[in-house]
Amino acid sequence: MIARFFIAIGASLVVFVRYLGEVVLLAADTFRSAFTHRLRWRLFLQQIVEIGLLSQVVVIVTGGFTGAVFAAQTYFQFNKIGMGSATGAVVSVAICRELAPVLSALMVSGRVGAAMSAEIGTMKVTEQIDALRALAVYPVDYLVVPRALAMMISMPLLTAECIGFGIIASYLIAIVVLDINGTYYLDNMVRWTRMRDLIMGTSKAFVFGILIVFICCHKGLTTREGAVGVGRATTEAVVVSSLAVLISNFFLTMALNIVYPAGYQ
Amino acid sequence: MIAVRDLRKAIGEQEILRGVELDVAVGETLVIIGRSGGGKSVLLKHLIGLMQPDAGEIWVSGKNIIGMSERQLTAIRQKVGILFQSGALFDSMTVEDNIAFPLREAGMRDVKAMRARVNQVLEVVELEGENAKMPESLSGGMRKRVGLARAIIRRPSCVLYDEPTSGLDPVVSDSINRLIRRLQERFQMTSVVVTHDMKSAVHVGDRIAYLHEGRVYFQGTPAELKQCDDPIIQDFLLGRSESATH
Ligand SMILES: Nc1ncnc2c1ncn2[C@@H]1O[C@H](COP(=O)(O)OP(=O)(O)O)[C@@H](O)[C@H]1O
Ligand SMILES: [Mg+2]
Repeated sequence: MIARFFIAIGASLVVFVRYLGEVVLLAADTFRSAFTHRLRWRLFLQQIVEIGLLSQVVVIVTGGFTGAVFAAQTYFQFNKIGMGSATGAVVSVAICRELAPVLSALMVSGRVGAAMSAEIGTMKVTEQIDALRALAVYPVDYLVVPRALAMMISMPLLTAECIGFGIIASYLIAIVVLDINGTYYLDNMVRWTRMRDLIMGTSKAFVFGILIVFICCHKGLTTREGAVGVGRATTEAVVVSSLAVLISNFFLTMALNIVYPAGYQ
Repeated sequence: MIAVRDLRKAIGEQEILRGVELDVAVGETLVIIGRSGGGKSVLLKHLIGLMQPDAGEIWVSGKNIIGMSERQLTAIRQKVGILFQSGALFDSMTVEDNIAFPLREAGMRDVKAMRARVNQVLEVVELEGENAKMPESLSGGMRKRVGLARAIIRRPSCVLYDEPTSGLDPVVSDSINRLIRRLQERFQMTSVVVTHDMKSAVHVGDRIAYLHEGRVYFQGTPAELKQCDDPIIQDFLLGRSESATH
């Protein structure tokens, strides 16, 4: 009984480590080929449009409403102890460091990651990946490299955009609805928000972009069993990449807090 | 050109290839026939390294391709084209982009010259003027011919055809058969044709190999095949589902 329990745990650990290895190998392969082979500019620009340009609405809406609601909730609590004008500082630091990168990454993994694994997965089950290989094109060069580069460029920019709209929305809510003094609000916000908060947010976004793109492309490339398989791969890609974002965020916060400590000094 | 030695492949529990021995000389057309599900497509995919065998050797123009990395295989794949059984067209590209794909990947940038090449092969497969269609709006036979056009546009020295005529009407089938012969005569192209259409096999084949239970059961010219009185072969030729000797 106990032996079987440990065998089961061991087996799933082996599966997990092997999965991790495969994703890391895919990433290594992609970076190698990005540096040693010519880039397909047309595909890269297509992906920039698909990932960067077309995700903006989603990210702006996410950032705006999160900023607004976070400002309101913070104010409700802070106002009780007479610190209503400190709302701006709390909101902007939280958006820069945590909310914008994590929420943008979750939205992007739902919007772009799902599409990636579905598209690549469909190509896999309809022999189009084999056709690429047969035509002397290495699938990683053709499919993964443009997506990975576009993601690494887009994610930090999308997060910066999310931060911007979050702060604007929180400011508007603060002075229009919550009736906080705008000058105090801005002053507090600017005093407590530093460049390092912005750097921390965008560097997290860069890491999240890498996680999403390789998890989703790997799911696509290993798809099997027809339409059901594509559906399964897509769901798994979104679930796994979202969890990876949330879990890695904790460790990134802890690590980056050593380099870019929070708070005014 | 191609030599296969003791090729073995099992997928899961099922042993699909059990020691295939095959030789294809430069410029000849070898036809592989066999029952549906007998491993013909699997064998063909091994010949350009799309699948890795469990054991055996595959020599393509003097190099053993077993154990080569994907990157090393690209050199082989530039010389050997393949027509997939399903066509395997890129479904997000037009017919023209599908056919031009190998040229573009080979670094060709001259749009005009590329279009001329595309129109030329479209004419060869009798699909003039279908350039702008998407694969999903083509019939199965048309898809297969687009796949064929894509496989031959770079003029490979060897082409592998997976059931080029199945699902086509007799007239188009005949023109595909003629095309295979013509490519061989004009460009000395080596061909391996998988089919279960005996008429096509006799028409295009210099030699015919019969794949049975994972091995090459018979090899010879079309005439030799017809004279062969082995019951298994006779059953296949006559399309009997039960041996007459039973
Ligand atoms: N990717 C695969 N996974 C599992 N089994 C496969 C795969 N490809 C082919 N097979 C099996 O191998 C056998 C031979 O298939 P195939 O080569 O397609 O036959 P055919 O001679 O009709 O072309 C079949 O039984 C098929 O089920
Ligand atoms: Mg087949």
